[in-house]
Amino acid sequence: MEADHAVVQRILSGEKDAYEVIVKKYQARAYRAALGWVGNTQDALDLSQDAFIKAYRALRRFDTGRSFFAWFYVILRNTCFNFLRKRKRELTISLDFAPAESVATEDEARRAEVKRQVWRAIASLPDDAREVMVLKYFEEMSYKEIAEAVGCPIGTVMSRLYYGRKKLRKALEGFYA
Amino acid sequence: MPEQGQSGHDRYKALLMGFIDGELAPGERGEFEQHLAGCRECSAELEEFRKLKEVTDMVRFGEPEDKVWEVYWRGIYNRVERGIGWILASVGAILLLAFGAFKLIEGLLVDPAVSVMLKIGVSALLLGVVFLLVSLVRERIFGLKHDRYSREVKR
Repeated sequence: MEADHAVVQRILSGEKDAYEVIVKKYQARAYRAALGWVGNTQDALDLSQDAFIKAYRALRRFDTGRSFFAWFYVILRNTCFNFLRKRKRELTISLDFAPAESVATEDEARRAEVKRQVWRAIASLPDDAREVMVLKYFEEMSYKEIAEAVGCPIGTVMSRLYYGRKKLRKALEGFYA
Repeated sequence: MPEQGQSGHDRYKALLMGFIDGELAPGERGEFEQHLAGCRECSAELEEFRKLKEVTDMVRFGEPEDKVWEVYWRGIYNRVERGIGWILASVGAILLLAFGAFKLIEGLLVDPAVSVMLKIGVSALLLGVVFLLVSLVRERIFGLKHDRYSREVKR
């Protein structure tokens, strides 16, 4: 697969269509990260699209020595922050954030309930802890990637994860012996 | 590595996360294992967090369907492509409306009997109205476009 910085060079030299390569590569990650911030599918799709458009317009400022997603993530995060500030609301969890799941069996019903509880617990965290939890759980990013995206030391990532997981553990107490 | 200034035990709590996620450097891992052997609190927490991980590993969050991704890129491309069009159209509309407004009050502006303050005031007022009008029209059009797109995604 073509490296991000090579694709960016092509875009900057006038091949607008090449941006599709970048968008397709990161759209799902962008969506999941936005979902972690705003909590519902439609807003997450809209905001991640807005962030891609902003990133496109700022592409000349992208340092090709850095990871594209880490750079893009800052734009995405600011877009989500502004959205939440404008709406003057906190994360809202809509039940349509995931495709409808069959809960025919007891195990599936339990899994759906765990998922709801995980969301509730994450939603109740302060922004900084919620952010690292989202990047760890939804993006499965390494500590180094999270630290770069969030702009803090790895030790801070671990501390915030500890705090977040403590809350999660409390919320899910009933789900394991 | 954990933050400087963290107290001893807080540091091990942070290292506990790296231990569970397999993110510690060999030196840190050895140090943590040594601490773990003598700390009941951390051993108990490690066990709890492992159970938690088993539960959360079962959970996978759903993603939008393929048809949503099909319109996703098109939406971005259209907005990127049309951005320059909007700027040119707005500038053109402002210039034309400003010119029209100027023609409307031309007589007033060249009349030496009218005070300069009044001329500036009327000019600023008309120019302001022109800007507001263009901005309002753009906002309305953008709002309609945005709603249409939302419906497309929800399909």
